[in-house]
Amino acid sequence: MARAQSASLDRKKLMGDPIMVTTIVVLITFLTLFILYPLAILLVDSFVGDGSFGLSVFQRIFQMPDFTRAITNTLKVGFVVGIFSSLLGLLFAYVEVYVKMNRGVGGLFKLVSMLPVVSPPFVLSLSMIMLFGKSGLITRFLFGIYDNNVYGYWGIVIVQTLTFFPVCYMMLKGLLKNIDPSLEEASRDMGASRWRVFRDVTLPLLLPGIGNAFLVTFIESIADFANPMLIGGSYDTLATTIYLQITGAYDKSGAAAMAVVLLLITLAMFAVQKYYLERKTAATLTGKASRARMMIEDKSVKIPLTIFCSLGAAFVILMYICVPIGALFPTWGYKFTPLTFKWFEQVFTRYRGLQAFRDSFVLSLIAAPVTALLSMIISYLVVKRKFKAKGFIEAVSMLAMAVPGTVLGVGYIRGFSGGVFHTGFLQGLYGTGLILIIVFIVRSLPTGTRSGISALRQIDKSIEESAYDMGANSLKVFTTVTLPLIKDSFLSGLVTAFVRSITAISAIILLVTPSYLLITVQINEFAEKGAFSIACAFATILIIITYGSVLLMNFIIKHFGTSRKVKEVE
Amino acid sequence: MSGTRAKEPKGVRLDHISKIYQNPKTGKDFYAVHDVELDIKPGSFVTLLGPSGCGKTTTLRMIAGFESPDEGEIYLGGEPINSLTPNKRDTAMVFQSYALFPHYNVFDNVAYGLKLRKVPSAEIKERVSNILKLVELSDMEQRMTNQLSGGQQQRVALARALVVEPGVLLFDEPLSNLDAKLRVQMRTEIRRIQQALGITAIYVTHDQSEAMAISDNIILMKGGVIAQMGSPTEIYYHPNSEFVADFIGECNFLRCEVKGREGEDTVVTVDGHPVKVRSDNNITGNAEIVLRPEAIEIADQGQLPCKVELSCFMGSYQNYHVRVGDTLVKIADNCPIGRKIFQVGDDAFISFRSECAHLLET
Repeated sequence: MARAQSASLDRKKLMGDPIMVTTIVVLITFLTLFILYPLAILLVDSFVGDGSFGLSVFQRIFQMPDFTRAITNTLKVGFVVGIFSSLLGLLFAYVEVYVKMNRGVGGLFKLVSMLPVVSPPFVLSLSMIMLFGKSGLITRFLFGIYDNNVYGYWGIVIVQTLTFFPVCYMMLKGLLKNIDPSLEEASRDMGASRWRVFRDVTLPLLLPGIGNAFLVTFIESIADFANPMLIGGSYDTLATTIYLQITGAYDKSGAAAMAVVLLLITLAMFAVQKYYLERKTAATLTGKASRARMMIEDKSVKIPLTIFCSLGAAFVILMYICVPIGALFPTWGYKFTPLTFKWFEQVFTRYRGLQAFRDSFVLSLIAAPVTALLSMIISYLVVKRKFKAKGFIEAVSMLAMAVPGTVLGVGYIRGFSGGVFHTGFLQGLYGTGLILIIVFIVRSLPTGTRSGISALRQIDKSIEESAYDMGANSLKVFTTVTLPLIKDSFLSGLVTAFVRSITAISAIILLVTPSYLLITVQINEFAEKGAFSIACAFATILIIITYGSVLLMNFIIKHFGTSRKVKEVE
Repeated sequence: MSGTRAKEPKGVRLDHISKIYQNPKTGKDFYAVHDVELDIKPGSFVTLLGPSGCGKTTTLRMIAGFESPDEGEIYLGGEPINSLTPNKRDTAMVFQSYALFPHYNVFDNVAYGLKLRKVPSAEIKERVSNILKLVELSDMEQRMTNQLSGGQQQRVALARALVVEPGVLLFDEPLSNLDAKLRVQMRTEIRRIQQALGITAIYVTHDQSEAMAISDNIILMKGGVIAQMGSPTEIYYHPNSEFVADFIGECNFLRCEVKGREGEDTVVTVDGHPVKVRSDNNITGNAEIVLRPEAIEIADQGQLPCKVELSCFMGSYQNYHVRVGDTLVKIADNCPIGRKIFQVGDDAFISFRSECAHLLET
């Protein structure tokens, strides 16, 4: 029995579709050149970097105490942040799904889950330093503590937990909603207390999901560059060590080898998360809840939980509000009144703010539609079509999700500064705006692809087949049927890509040249120097831009989205 | 009505078609469709019938071009089409889920294929309105598809496939999402429209009564191979296997022994009682009588003695289960009013006319 004929016919049919073939070839080239190749060059560099092939570079870096300490530090922080975030996320999710709350609390939760998405990555570090640092608003002016040290291990842990727990909250909320209430009712009916129901039914069902949330934050924490950079002080993690190795010590092969180590750690965790836990989660929680859940109204449960979570949420919001307020004080730490707009003025008059915003804005604005379109095309190919290279395209675009920005940044430096494989080919790319745009695209592609894939899975395959059958070629099927049906997903992919790009820092900080001023890089620089007021002013404007674009997207989806038209009658 | 067609219907020929799939669990290859040989005449209505997993949908999807055969060649109107993509084939499919474009209204859905063919817009308008008249949806042009009932959506799907005047029309279980009453109504409609347009139609279903009602020819499939093909009457009255007999309607099987021939009939004995069966095959020794429930009469006198185990009034008929020897026989006694109704435990006799029975080898 051989499946040769169908394989050759499928190939022939594919070849009869030049648009598909071109698209696939372009995609494969793009993914290979800008995701696989930079990672490959890191491997090459770290094995032959010191002249001869071998493990000498690795031996060298593992003899550096700074590096081995960074590994321990990174894992320690990641582990603790993973645990704290998933527990905090679980608590918030449980309260939202199971406890009857006032409307206002729900709104608070929503805000908390959205803030980390629209704000640049280091805002919490900034406000942490401003609230609890040596001249912190709370430590010094409220409690009179003069030498409180926020820098270091605990600073990173707290800031990262507050940054990443909303991700866990969103993930676990979705899972909890999928638990069929009758399972818990059955257990309660047989005489279990609420605690037993939670321990015997809810928790076991949720366990793979919690594990999943833990690993996702673990990976995020390990890959995080901006927070350890700002608040880590002398407590270095892998991401910051690599950055210093390349910008401070100019040890490129050493940095490459370190990047390989960091990559291996995240890849291993990503593999566990993706292929083991995610599948397990799907297996235990498949069904939809059959009907509404009886919410817990018991005051002894409801009041303490609601108060605790509301305080937590309020604290997170306070941390974010601290940034715009900080930008209004005349001098942070010394003079608080009268409030002034002088820092906002100085952003544009003294610190070339206009150029920074223009550069960041233009580059992100170019990257966003390309990312959104690319991720929709990839999702379409992955979900709806079958062809040989499909596995490759899917795997590589998902792989990008596991690659920390710092690793990618080092890969691009090594891969493109001397041209592809140091041959000078495509050397012109390095140092241009184009390479920044490409980094933006690669960094946002996995998120977009993932949301595109889940949107497309919900569309009956036969709708596209029927268009194909009526005589439409691949391009026509995609433009007249697929894209209009996932317009909402496309739009939100567009905005997500824009927001992610304009707030990106980890890979960009390694690649940006003086000819481009990027806001995030500027904020980082000012914060490093201790110029908190001007950093806050920059960050505030950035938050306004990103939040504004999210609002704009919601407005557009609400009024012009397809799903509204399709759903409104039902 | 637009009974006139610009194009002639096309015939379809499957030349020893096979399709091999891999079992995802064991990783082993198996034939989903094996050596299927078919010749479908232009303008005829052919149904691929069978239980789920028999290969009928795979066969249809190979004709449409969504799947590629591993062996053999498919011809459409005499031309080999194996290497053509679905959009280049002169076929139009009506999908099980209807697959209407949710972002288009009825008119745009139906016009989609014509727009792709760059038909001038005045002609599109005319053809769409003609075809909507044919499926009785004339005043619905501006509706969104989710404002239509299931039956109306089905008609739009049919109109969309018909309007491009395909060489062959393909149906993939198109009625399985409708309720029972509408299903009966729609199958009559589909048959009427197919006859009016004289189009070739290949229809996939697992519902034998649908297949009987709608087709010129039925191809009954099992495990990827053709079990039997023929007209509905042939298949109903002359099944070539127990599987076919059982799949097409309810059926009783009575073990018997062939004794000899008497004119057109074969004389057999069931538990020693002689009965006659009209059969043209030359079976000797042990055999099986194939008997439809409605072909059996139950009375105080008859050919074979039996004991009543179930007696149940069904409205249009009285349903009996009786024991003949050690075999359970189902009887549908049509319009029993005025006749004797037997009760559970009664002794009775069954009898049947020789031409209503059929003999199978065991």
